[in-house]
Amino acid sequence: MDVFLQIFFDGLVMGAFYSLIALGYTMVYGIIKLLNFAHGDFYMLGAFIGYALLSFITGDGGLNAGLLGIGAVFIITMIIVGLAGIGVERIAYRPLLTAPRLSILITAIGVSLSLEYASMIGWGASYKVYPIKLSKNGLEIIGAQISFAQIGLIVLSALLMLGLRLFIEKTIYGKAMRAIALDQSACSLMGINVYRIISLTFFIGAFLAAGAGIMSGVYYGTINFMMGFIIGLKAFTAAVLGGIGNITGAMIGGLVLGLVESYGTYYLGGSWKDVLAFGILILFLVFKPTGILGAKEMERM
Amino acid sequence: MSILTVKNLKLQFGGLLAVNDLSFTVEKNTISSIIGPNGAGKTSVFNMITGFYRPTSGEIELDGTSLINNKPSQITKLGMARTFQNLRLFPNLSALDNVKSGMHCRTKEAVWGALFHTKSQKEEERLIEEVAQECIDFVGVRKYMKRSAKNLPYGAQRYLEIARALATKPKILLLDEPAAGLNFEEKQYLIQLIRRIRDEFNITVLMIEHDMGLIKEISENITVIDYGCKIAEGTPDEVLKNEKVIEAYLGKEDVI
Amino acid sequence: MKKYKKHSLLLLVIVMFILPLLLDIYWLDVLTLVLFYVVLTQGLNIVVGYTGLLDLGYAAFFAVGAYTTAILMTTFHWSFWLTLPVAALFAAVAGIIVGTPTLRLRSDYLAIVTLGFGEIVRILAINLDITGSSSGIYGIPRPTIGSYVLSSQQDFYYLILIVAIISVLVVYRLGHSRIGRAWVYIREDEDAAEAMGINRIRLKLLSYATGAVIGSLAGSIFAVKMSAIAPLSFSFLQSVMILLAVVLGGLGSIPGVVIGAALVIVLPEVLRGAEDWRYLIFGVALVIMMIFRPQGILPKKYETEDRSDLDEKEETNDKDHSMSV
Ligand SMILES: Nc1ncnc2c1ncn2[C@@H]1O[C@H](COP(=O)(O)OP(=O)(O)O)[C@@H](O)[C@H]1O
Ligand SMILES: [Mg+2]
Repeated sequence: MDVFLQIFFDGLVMGAFYSLIALGYTMVYGIIKLLNFAHGDFYMLGAFIGYALLSFITGDGGLNAGLLGIGAVFIITMIIVGLAGIGVERIAYRPLLTAPRLSILITAIGVSLSLEYASMIGWGASYKVYPIKLSKNGLEIIGAQISFAQIGLIVLSALLMLGLRLFIEKTIYGKAMRAIALDQSACSLMGINVYRIISLTFFIGAFLAAGAGIMSGVYYGTINFMMGFIIGLKAFTAAVLGGIGNITGAMIGGLVLGLVESYGTYYLGGSWKDVLAFGILILFLVFKPTGILGAKEMERM
Repeated sequence: MSILTVKNLKLQFGGLLAVNDLSFTVEKNTISSIIGPNGAGKTSVFNMITGFYRPTSGEIELDGTSLINNKPSQITKLGMARTFQNLRLFPNLSALDNVKSGMHCRTKEAVWGALFHTKSQKEEERLIEEVAQECIDFVGVRKYMKRSAKNLPYGAQRYLEIARALATKPKILLLDEPAAGLNFEEKQYLIQLIRRIRDEFNITVLMIEHDMGLIKEISENITVIDYGCKIAEGTPDEVLKNEKVIEAYLGKEDVI
Repeated sequence: MKKYKKHSLLLLVIVMFILPLLLDIYWLDVLTLVLFYVVLTQGLNIVVGYTGLLDLGYAAFFAVGAYTTAILMTTFHWSFWLTLPVAALFAAVAGIIVGTPTLRLRSDYLAIVTLGFGEIVRILAINLDITGSSSGIYGIPRPTIGSYVLSSQQDFYYLILIVAIISVLVVYRLGHSRIGRAWVYIREDEDAAEAMGINRIRLKLLSYATGAVIGSLAGSIFAVKMSAIAPLSFSFLQSVMILLAVVLGGLGSIPGVVIGAALVIVLPEVLRGAEDWRYLIFGVALVIMMIFRPQGILPKKYETEDRSDLDEKEETNDKDHSMSV
């Protein structure tokens, strides 16, 4: 029982990261039907910019940054990466919004390569050790250890997702986003600035992914310029799992995938973890492309 | 003798009943039309007949063969060709290459022939070229033959789509609003073209059209649908006098 | 015009045969690599260029060829030449396995699924014993022709040169056939193609399988040339580089794709010292290319008529081509 619960907590943390990244995929997809391959790299960018800022405020001597400092770093990093998201959209995607699908997909791959290798040039190819480490203290629940750090990360992720939900449901921008997802041309006729809302969507997506990036840096302790690649695919899997374009779906999909992987790793061994995720992705795309929460699509032959 | 029989056809999109219990037959060697207000379900009927939509229920027979559960390509091979309401040419390819596509289902050379340029492959290529050119000539777009389809004038694109459909050597040709966007002269030309398709090739024509003048001139039979249901059928004169039809159109203030 | 083209092609082939006598070993090696890429890009050109299916896991077929040949030659002591058809068969089957579930998917899903398959193949290679785990397979014997052992740099250059010429010919001939046209119809408009009686499922599978076979051929030769292979050579980045070459050169354009292959390999050699910048440059190049010249450096021409006599004719029409069936 204790092992079972332990794996559950680990899976939950992983799943929270997946959810945060999956949200960006799903929102961008929902609004412009673009599969942003580069999305995982915002997570990486978040981890690195957070790393740079934290190293700066903690200094080389490892001064204690204090909770306030760390909080500030979090927010600043997320905003910077959010702006990077807007930049990417403006430079690379906007000129291609009406181009054939193949063009924009290839562009997305180009963006992904650019972000990854620009980071490699900037920060080096080797693993970087994060300047702050979380304490291992925690609670024991029916024999399983859950650290305060884990609880903190899960709560923080939950808060971010809750914030997003409120934003989308309660604000005028959120409403515009949902409207554009339904009918873009009608929205521009209604006087909604469609481009501004698309920018906003990229901002939020990158913002959340960056949050996950710093959290994972803090949690796992090391970061690397390729860290966004696989996790981007996993998050995409999560988005598909939950029904792409569906916000709640992305959250649930992330958690489900995190848990499945966590248990899968325990029972099958770590080397098959990625095969498990891709297997799930392929099965879903083939048999239920609309995901767990997706609507039924018209049957075509 | 009927060539196409549609029985109790029904199509549901979620909560929307796009086509409801529709039955009609098309006689061999006739020119028939389906008319109805926008959104009545006409294109959906075509999509079911040609295999693009799977009917919720009902039966479709071409020359006595059921078409239900066949793929569109199989249906084409059985002798049915179509055009689309919004042109669907292969935009970057030359007009000639567009038309060659129609011959695909009437030819059979595969990888081997292509790699080794066997005698039968060369002969087949010649045949494809010949038929394609004939169809191009038939609709009168020879001067655009080598141009990309997307660079053709609009009217020529419409005719080209018909040429492409003819290249599949169909028994019956389905035209979805062939006159849409054409000017007066182009419409007159289209009327001649449709007549010639029937008279020279003995191909049955079934079309969806909004232009009543055109329909009155060439259509021998009309089926009227509204909200997915058949509300009238008969000769143009009969149908256009029908109360329900007048109501369906005028009631919606649709352009006739 | 046509004759002139033929002559220059012949000249090019002759030059390619003479080149090894003039080049030093370093540039011969670079050129050999270019030829590997020519084969790979021609294979991918069928899938992406002709058929319009974005395959992000193409290196998997390269891997299938390389590993099949390596395993058959080391564990089972087969002759190299006999491994070729087996590798091709495996690759074709792999192509169909990847292809089948993806047939109905939209192009972006398809890209992700092929990427996933590519990763699965790589992870399998890392984890299975028969593929030598992460260290791979080494000590792959040299191929022989009669009693002559292919072992020198030049031998392999000629081997891959011949295969490259064959694959260019194959792709050219397929492209100018009923099958090749059907692939392009599918790329241009799947539904219209299907309405014209083209069985898109069968033709897409044929496209995957043909592309896979060509990729596996490059893989088989790669295995005996390197005499050692490891999963690292079959990564996602490899798939991306092959795709980049195809896109850079011009999707569907055979000479374009050859140029693309040469660029992708030779450019980093010329830019030595800027090693770290290589992928960044490629990434940026992809973006710029798609925005400003999506048709590639040497695009495929579809119009057989001179553009100049088109311009004066009737205004063309820009009606929307996107629509629903
Ligand atoms: N693929 C589809 N999914 C959902 N609804 C559809 C689809 N195709 C058509 N419809 C709906 O079915 C109805 C009939 O459409 P259609 O057959 O195109 O009408 P018509 O051709 O007579 O103008 C319309 O209300 C349309 O919105
Ligand atoms: Mg219609």
